[in-house]
Amino acid sequence: MLYALPAPAFWLGVWQLCAFLVDRRLEGKGNELLLPYPLSVWNALTVLAGTGEFWATIFSSLGRIAIGLACGLLLGAGLAVLTCASPWADRLLSPAIRVVRAAPVASFILLVLLWTGRNTVPAVISAMMVLPVTWDNLSRGIQAVDRKLLELANCYRFSRRKTAALIYLPALRPYILTALTTATGLAWKSGVAAEVLCLPEPSLGQRIYYTKYYLDIPELFAWTAVTVALSMVLERLLRACLTRWGRGWAA
Amino acid sequence: MGGVIFCKNLTVSFGGRAVLDRFSLNIPDTGITALSGPSGCGKTTLLRVLAGLEKPQSGAVEGVTPRETAILFQDDRLLPWRTVEQHLTDVLPRDRRDRVPELLALAELEGEEGARPGALSGGMGRRLALARCLALDARLYLLDEPFAGVDLPRALRILERLRGLAAPVLLVSHEAAVLEHADRVVRLEGPPLRVL
Repeated sequence: MLYALPAPAFWLGVWQLCAFLVDRRLEGKGNELLLPYPLSVWNALTVLAGTGEFWATIFSSLGRIAIGLACGLLLGAGLAVLTCASPWADRLLSPAIRVVRAAPVASFILLVLLWTGRNTVPAVISAMMVLPVTWDNLSRGIQAVDRKLLELANCYRFSRRKTAALIYLPALRPYILTALTTATGLAWKSGVAAEVLCLPEPSLGQRIYYTKYYLDIPELFAWTAVTVALSMVLERLLRACLTRWGRGWAA
Repeated sequence: MGGVIFCKNLTVSFGGRAVLDRFSLNIPDTGITALSGPSGCGKTTLLRVLAGLEKPQSGAVEGVTPRETAILFQDDRLLPWRTVEQHLTDVLPRDRRDRVPELLALAELEGEEGARPGALSGGMGRRLALARCLALDARLYLLDEPFAGVDLPRALRILERLRGLAAPVLLVSHEAAVLEHADRVVRLEGPPLRVL
């Protein structure tokens, strides 16, 4: 645990120093509008955490984004299998997935808002952002599976299920982990961005939007810290699940 | 078929270069038949044709179908994430898993059940690959250099045990002592592959 301390402590020190410099430049006036002190953010966070609304907001956003993440991962994995198995499907679907990856997320948020209700947008946007990353990683993983092992599986009469469990899944493990790490961060970023624009109730994005409205910068920092923490917790949880699940076949 | 496996006029080319050119060979379906010849002459290609992994441009194999063969590849092709025992149980039908001790004894791998390939020596890995191949129920075993990296006394002991198999063995070897202990030796040269 101790080895993890120095880097966060260093950046906390940098933050404190920068806030102090801003404070001096503005002669103590309006510092909280530009860069609040870490202590101000901590105070804002503790006040928020004492309210039931805070937890309702967190669980509501967590639910939406987790659904989007799960859908994006499953769809991305399914499409990776499909495009690797069928050149025809690859020719048809790959350009569309690349367009989704390259298109600005704001455009999708506004379009999905027009097509569906505002409560649905964050989950849909999270899924759309996660899908191409998952597809890309898993496609590369499937293509990198040792052809000789697949030949062996064919010769030794492995069923499809056995080939998947004994050859594909272990070989794909690093690709799945990379996809999971990148996808979780993306799901939170895009999901909260969608919440800021669509204001579903209650949501982290809505609270972040109101901090801008009321120029409550310490609270903005507090909600941002909560979002980052949630993203990291979710990512670690998923990685732990994957490790546990893969213990039987992992190297 | 009179107890013989026939390779009739097999032709296989890679990039316009014939490795097998109307090659014919009769393989008795008992005992151990050894194929001997210089590297690259086409022995492995012949085994791959018999296993159905290469489709000949012409000719046919009679007396055995690819599904009735079990091939030991020239490289071990072990799964780094599976243990020695799992390599065998992965191949054995559920009701034949009691054969694991017998196969481990045949390949002299007793006591290594829990080891993964990364912890095995080259020779042990080869013996595991051999045991896994023999775990398959086959009418013809195709063994491509089964004793590469295996010390000679052990290789000869294992070779003697192969005589106890219900199905014939067609093996490729460069080792003179192994060839001496085979029931018959077919000396080859090529490419294109031909019997001397």
